[in-house]
Amino acid sequence: MVLAKEKMIDMHKKMLTIRTFEYKVKDLFAQGKIVGAVHLSIGQEAVPVGVCAALKKGDYVLSNHRGHGHCIALGVDIKRMMAELFGRETGVCKGRGGSMHLADFSVGMLGASAIVGGGLPLAVGAALSSKMQKTKQVTVVFFGDGASNQGTFHESLNLAAIWRLPVLFACENNQYAESTPVTKVMLAKNIADRAAAYGIPGKVVDGMNVMAVHEAAEEATGRAREGQGPTLLEFKTYRYLGHEEGDPWTTYRSEAEVEEWKKKDAINKFRMILIEKGVCTEGEVAEIENEVKKLVDDAIKFADESPWPKPEEALKDVFVSSYY
Amino acid sequence: MTENKVKRELTFKEAITEALMQEMERNEKVFLMGEDLQVFYGGGPFGVTPAEKFVKKFGPERVIDTPISEAGFIGAAAAAAATGLHPVVELMFVDFFGVCMDQIYNQAAKMRYMFGGQAKVPMVIRTVIGGGFGFAAHHSQCLYSIFAHVPGLKIVIPSIPYDAKGLLASAIRDEDPVMVFEHKGLYSSAKGPVPEEPYIIPFGKADIKREGKHVTVVATSLMVHKAINAAQRLEKEGISLEIVDPRTIVPLDKKTILESVKKTSKLVIVDEDYERCGFASEIAAMVAEEGLFYLDSPIKRVATPNVPIPYSPALEKVVIPDEDRIIKTVKQIVK
Repeated sequence: MVLAKEKMIDMHKKMLTIRTFEYKVKDLFAQGKIVGAVHLSIGQEAVPVGVCAALKKGDYVLSNHRGHGHCIALGVDIKRMMAELFGRETGVCKGRGGSMHLADFSVGMLGASAIVGGGLPLAVGAALSSKMQKTKQVTVVFFGDGASNQGTFHESLNLAAIWRLPVLFACENNQYAESTPVTKVMLAKNIADRAAAYGIPGKVVDGMNVMAVHEAAEEATGRAREGQGPTLLEFKTYRYLGHEEGDPWTTYRSEAEVEEWKKKDAINKFRMILIEKGVCTEGEVAEIENEVKKLVDDAIKFADESPWPKPEEALKDVFVSSYY
Repeated sequence: MTENKVKRELTFKEAITEALMQEMERNEKVFLMGEDLQVFYGGGPFGVTPAEKFVKKFGPERVIDTPISEAGFIGAAAAAAATGLHPVVELMFVDFFGVCMDQIYNQAAKMRYMFGGQAKVPMVIRTVIGGGFGFAAHHSQCLYSIFAHVPGLKIVIPSIPYDAKGLLASAIRDEDPVMVFEHKGLYSSAKGPVPEEPYIIPFGKADIKREGKHVTVVATSLMVHKAINAAQRLEKEGISLEIVDPRTIVPLDKKTILESVKKTSKLVIVDEDYERCGFASEIAAMVAEEGLFYLDSPIKRVATPNVPIPYSPALEKVVIPDEDRIIKTVKQIVK
C-alpha cells in the first residue's frame, strides 16, 4: 500500500502525540494535577492511528476507558482533552467526564464508556442510524481483549451482522484484561476467530505495525461503506505500562516480556521507515518530535490556566429540559 | 380537548397503539425496535403494535425485529438517538432489565451529562409491568422505582387510556430518554374516552383522579383503579378519599400532592412496586420534608412487601396491594 507523504507524516505525528501526551499525563497524575484513574495506551499507538487514518469526515468512533489515543488519532483538540483531564471548564466534556469519558461529537467521537464492553451496542446503534439515514458513514468501536468476553460483544457482532451494518469492530488485544492474561480466559487462539460464529470476516493484524493496521482498516471500512457489513479486526498489541497508573504491573508479567514487545515498537519502526523511504530526513523527524512536544506543552499550559467549572454546572445537563 | 368532552372510548392498549401510529406518521425519524414486533401476536406478546397496521404502513425498516439481545438493541437505540433518530424500543417485560441495565442507566441515561451536554438522547423505552396474573417472580414486577433512582431517565406511568396516549406522545416528542411503564392488567380492562386527534400531556403534571376531603391517596398505574374502588366503598362509610395520580414520577409534581395533603391532612401512598426504598418511600420523604405540618397522622404506605412475586393465586393476592389493604390502612389513620 502506498500512502501520500503528508499522510505518513501525519500518522507518525499522531503516534508521537499520543505517546508524548500520555507520558505527560503519567507525570501529571503522579503530581496530583490529574485525579481519578488514568489508563495509558503507550505501546498501542499504531492501532488507533492506523484505523483512524482510514476514516472520512463524519465517521463515528466509540472509545473506552483507555481512550486518549482514539481521540488524538481522530483529531480531537489536545488542549481541550488535557483540560478535561484537569477537570476544567474548557474540557471537551466541561470537566464532567475526565480521562475515562472523553467525547467530542464535533469530530465524530461519540464518547468513551468505562464499562468494559459498554460501547459495542452503541456502535451498532450509530451504524444503524447512518444506514437508516443513508449517510454512508462508518462506525468504529475500539475495545480490548477483555471486552470480547462480555455478552455485549457477542450481541453486538450478531446484530451488526444480521443488519449488515457499517461497523469496524476494532479489538485492541493488548494481552491483558487488567492483570488477567488473555490465554487464561480464552481457549480460542484468536479473538478474530469468533467472527466466524456471526458469519462475518475476522482477521488478525499486527498491531505494532501502523501500515498493516491501516491497510486492514481500509479494507474493513471500504466493505462497510459499500454495504457489505461489519468486520472484526483483532490487533495484536501491547501496553508497556500498567492497566492503570499505579498498577503493580510486574506482578503479573515479567519485565523481559515487556522488553521483548518494546523491540517491536511501532513508533521506532515507523520512524525508520520514514527515513529509509526518504519521506523525511533525520532532521525533519527531529523537528516533528519538537513540534509535538511543544503542542503537548501548550495543551498542559492551556489546561492549567483554564478556570474550574462553576459549582452550578454540577447540576446541569442531566436532561435537555432544566430539571434533574 | 379534554377527556370529559370526548365520546369515543378506547382501551388502554388501543390508546397506546394510536399514539405510536400517530407519532410515527408525524415524525419519520421515529421507529420501533424490539422482539417479535413483525409477527407473533402482531407486535410483542400483548399485540400493542399489530403487524398488519405497523409493518404494513411503515415497513420492516421502521418496525425492527431484534434477536433476544436486550443489551444490544437498547444500547443501539441510545446511539441511534444520539445520532439523529428517535427510537421507541420495547423491553418486553420490565423484569428483563437485568440483562440490559448497563445500556439503560450507564449509557443512555448518562451520555448527555457525562459528555458535558454534547449529546441529546431522544429515545423511549416502553415496558410492561405488574402482577395479578400468575406470571410469578420473573414477569410480574413493577420496578419503576429502580429507574427513578438513577439520574437521567424520565419515568412515565399512565393509569388510564387518555393519559396513556397523551403521555406516550409527549415521551416520543421529548428530547431525553423516557421510560414508559404499562401495566399488563390495564391493556384490555382499562377503557375510557380518548380523542382521535393527536395531543400531548406534559410531564410533571399530576392528575386528581377523584376529589375528596379526608385522606389523600397517591397512587400510580393499576393502583389508581384499586384506590378508586376502595374510595367507592369507603364513601358509604362517610370517608372521602382524594386520589392523586402523579402520572410521571420523574419529573414529579410535588405541588399537587402537597396541596392535596394540606387539604386532607392525611396521606396514604399506594404503590405496586416493592416497599423498601421505593416510589412510596420517596413520596413519604418528600411530604415529610416539605409538608410535615399539614399532617395530623402518620404517613402510610400500601406497597408490595419485599418478597419476590409468588406464582400461586392464593399467595400472589397476599403481596399485591388490593382494595382491602387500602381500606384497612386508611382506617388506621381515620378515627
